[in-house]
This record gives sequence, C-alpha cells and structure tokens, in this order.
Amino acid sequence: MVARGVLTFKSKPAIVSVGVTAGPLEKRKSLFSKQFDKLYDDEHCGLDTNEHAHAKMVEDACMIALSKINCVPSDADFLLIGDLVNQMTPSSFCAETNGIPYLGLFSACATSVSTIITAAVLTEAGMSELSLAGSSSQHNAIERQFRYPVEYGAQKPETSQWTVTAAGVVAVTPNKEGCPAIVAATIGCVIDLGMTDPLNMGAAMAPAAEDTLSRHLKGHGKNVADYDLIMTGDLGKTGFKLFKQLASNNGNDIESNSRDAGEEFYGNDLAFKSGASGAGCSAAVFFTEVIEKLKTREYNRVLLIATGALLSPLSFQQQDTIPCIAHAIELTMK
Amino acid sequence: MSTIYITAFIVGGLICVIGQLLFDVAKLTPAHTLCILVVTGSILDGFGLYEPLIDFAGAGVTIPITSFGNALTHGALAEAEKHGFIGVLTGMFEVTSSGISAAILFGFIASLLFKAKGNI
Amino acid sequence: MDKKKYGALEQKISPKTPLLKNCLKAFVTGGVICLIAQIISLFYMTYFDFTERTASNPTIATMIFISMLLTGFGFYKKIGQFGGAGSAVPITGFGNAVISAAIEHKTEGYVLGVGGNIFKLAGSVIVFGVFSAFVVALVKTILVKLGVVGW
Repeated sequence: MVARGVLTFKSKPAIVSVGVTAGPLEKRKSLFSKQFDKLYDDEHCGLDTNEHAHAKMVEDACMIALSKINCVPSDADFLLIGDLVNQMTPSSFCAETNGIPYLGLFSACATSVSTIITAAVLTEAGMSELSLAGSSSQHNAIERQFRYPVEYGAQKPETSQWTVTAAGVVAVTPNKEGCPAIVAATIGCVIDLGMTDPLNMGAAMAPAAEDTLSRHLKGHGKNVADYDLIMTGDLGKTGFKLFKQLASNNGNDIESNSRDAGEEFYGNDLAFKSGASGAGCSAAVFFTEVIEKLKTREYNRVLLIATGALLSPLSFQQQDTIPCIAHAIELTMK
Repeated sequence: MSTIYITAFIVGGLICVIGQLLFDVAKLTPAHTLCILVVTGSILDGFGLYEPLIDFAGAGVTIPITSFGNALTHGALAEAEKHGFIGVLTGMFEVTSSGISAAILFGFIASLLFKAKGNI
Repeated sequence: MDKKKYGALEQKISPKTPLLKNCLKAFVTGGVICLIAQIISLFYMTYFDFTERTASNPTIATMIFISMLLTGFGFYKKIGQFGGAGSAVPITGFGNAVISAAIEHKTEGYVLGVGGNIFKLAGSVIVFGVFSAFVVALVKTILVKLGVVGW
C-alpha cells in the first residue's frame, strides 16, 4: 500500500518537447522571454477578443511542441490542457482546432502539473504514445473575469500578483534517452487556512504547497537535499516567503535550493508588486528554464510544485475563504 | 475668490483621504467605499450641512462622489417642499442628472472608440 | 497549523500597506482633480451664463469627458494605481467605473455587453445614493410636517 495520492512511475515517461508562447508585455518584461518559443507583438494576437487570443496561444504552443519532434496533431493520442476562463473555453477551442482527443483539466494555476501527471499516468499504463499536456492564461481575459475591467483604476496592494499572458505545452512519451524523465508525482489535497483576500493569493496558496511538499517527501522517503531544485509555481514574493517559513517550521530547510516561478517571472520590477501568477506562469517557466537546465545537466533531480487558488468570483463575493491546491512532479535526468 | 482654489484642493483631498482609510484600514472594496461616501453625502444634506460646504470649498465637495448623494437628497427635498411627500420620489434626479447622463453617454462613446489594453 | 496561527504568520510576513504614503498620494491626487474642476467651473462662469451653483453640472460632465479620454487611452488605471482613493472618489472615478466596464464588455455586443454591463461597477453607487436620499428626504419631510424642524 502506497501513501494516498503519491505516485511512482516505473516506466519513467519522458518530456520530449516543449512549446511556450507569451504576450507582448512578457516579451518586454519577463526575465525568461528569450527562452520562449513564440512572442506576440499584439496582446490580441491579431484577433478580435481576449479569449480568441487565449485559444490561439495554446494552439500555437501545441503546434510548436509537436513540430520540434516532427509530429502533427494527428500523431498525438491525448490533449490534456486547462486554463482559468469560465468553463475553459480557450482550451476547448484549441482542442476543436487541432482535433486531438481532449480532456480539459482544471486545477487553477496548478494545471500545468496536474496535466503532466495525467499524461504520465496514461503513458505508464501503456495507453498513450504521445500526449500533450499544459496550461495557459491570458491577462485581460482572466482579470475581467476574476477582478475588474482592465481599464478600471483600482489600486493594487503590495501582495497582489500580475496574471501572465503565456501558454506552455509539453509532449510526453514513453521513456526516451536524453530527455527529462517523470519519475514520481504527488496529487495535492485541498488546503484552506482561512485566507480571504483575493489580492494576496500567495499567502492563501503557501500552506497547500507546503502540504504537498511534505507529503511528497514522506511518501517517497526523500529529503530536501536530494533535489537540486524545488520550484513552486506562482506563490510570488509574499507567498514564497511564507512557504519557506512553513517548510522550515516543519523541519525542511529549502532556503538554498528553492525557487519560485512567480517571484522570478518579471524580475525585480516593482510595478508587478508580489510577482506573477496565472496558469501560464508556472507552465512557461517550468517548461523552459527548468527543462533547459535539466538537459544541460545543471540540474539532475528537480521537484516542481505548481500551486492553484480554487476560488471563483462568486465564492469570493459570497465571502467564502480561498481553497488551494498544489500538485508536484519529480523530474530526473539520467 | 482665489481662496476657493486652495480650499477646493484641501477639502477635496481630505475627502479622498477618508476614502483611502476605508480602503486600507477598514479593508473595504472600492464599491463599498463609494457607497458609504454617497450615503454620507445624502445624510449630510438631510442635516443641511452640505450646502455650506459647497460655499466654502466649491469643487472640493461637488466633485467627490459624496456630492452625488447630496444632489439626490437636495432634489428630493426641494420637490418635497413644493409638493409634499410625492416630491420625495419625483424630485430625486432633478439636480443630479448631469453626472449619470454624462457617464452613460461618454461610456457608450468610449465603447465605440476604444479597446481595453492590459499594459502596465 | 491552525487557521489562527497561520493568520498571525501571514500578518507578520505580508508587506504592510504604506498607509501614510497612500493617504498622501490620495490627498494630492484628489486635491488636484478637485482643483482642475474648480478651474473648469470658473471657465463656465466666465464664458457662459452659469452661477457658482449651476456651474457644477457642466463641470461634472466635463470631468467625466476627461475621464473618458484618460480611461480609453489607458492612463486612468495608472493614475488609480498611484492615487488610490484619490482618483476613485471624485466623479472621474465614477466615470472610470462606467467607461471601463463599457469598453471591456464591447466584445459581447452593444446591447448585451455594453448596455447590460455599463453599470456593473457603478450601479451600486446609484442604488445606494437613491435609496439613502429617499430615506433621508422622507424622514425630513415627516419631521417638517410634524413641525419638529423647518426646511
């Protein structure tokens, strides 16, 4: 009997290719922009609505990931993607365009990892030769849904984060030499420590990240020193500090080998306050920065913990607290 | 004549500081804050205190959203004085039509002209 | 870790709101907006047939027009980030709430999108303004009829 929610992949499915697209603000401001595959000069990607642009970014990311391994959409067995828009229409429209058998998955900003876990499970079971997994977010489409119209002049506090415009997709196949392998994963539990401020998501998500970290370590009999890098998704400056504090309270000192994608995404630009967030944030950084450094053997074993705040505008207005989740995958390079 | 510019600046600024305190200390959303200020404006006019403020600070009190509450109450009271209770209902938008009609008009024109942009 | 303990830790680690700085910025921003309005009302009093009282109506309309331009060209959200309540409380902030909603919902069409959502943010201000004005005026009218107070 293994620990609940803790997965080990004996066949070690491989991440053979990535596709990452991002918007014009990310082109100018993101520290990782040079590593992205495609950057748009127009935030609407030349289309009429935010949501169409959102779908276009995912489509392009899928095509880029496939083209790098000389494949076309009809070669892929599964499309496992998600986003933050109501009923995930951008992901569904993308699936309509490329015609790949599709499962839409929602774990808010933790979707980047939950989709890879699903792809790895299907691959391990021998049911998938090639799956695409990933997540995306588009700033304008998400802001108007969760907060205010884009042009509304509300003052953002120091703890607020900026939803990124980016899409990241990976291609997962059975184990392949020279590619990062997915060796283990932990599916998170929903954690809610009573945070209510939707402009301080990092603080709401930090306990979920810590819970998943300690469950992963315990479930796999590992400790933090086994990893070259433990990277969280989009906790931001505030949430990342809280996460490190919680981990150290629990006996896991991760100060020296941890990073947070949200904190680093826009560098130290104070205009972005606590940093970046959104389903595209963790996907864009994990699939470029981390995968690259695995390939160059700078990292040999990494733990990626993507975090998501599972609130809706309705649950916030009805004064509910913010339930949060974190999913983890462990990648190695052998 | 010229002191009105100074009082407008100071009084207008102070009303905004009250709003900022409601944001930051009471942790209210912008919508809650503005509703509280509007209700405050209409109550102040009930006591006859808002008009003297206009004489003192001019645009410093006619531009903050409190003046919207004041204008609604003022219109209602003016009609009530003439026509009794029925005036309370009919007089409300007598004074304050310009803010709402301008907002609707320019809002609609803006939707024809502009597109939202997510820059920083 | 329980909720209470975590709440305390969160309070300790989250950056504090710079209250004094925010209030100062709100004061200056709000003050400047009111000063501009005062100058505009002088213009209406000098060149048109308005008195000190009646000039406030065209002044408000003009301020909302300025707010439309600033919102449409993407400046008002930057002023809002700097000024906080200083740009939200003046009538230009009311205009910004209406206009930003109108622009945002343009993609859903002019009837369902713009028409249906234009008061999405500002509607509550009108509702509470009207309701409180009704209550205040009603109470005062009753008191006058009873001879407790005068108009």
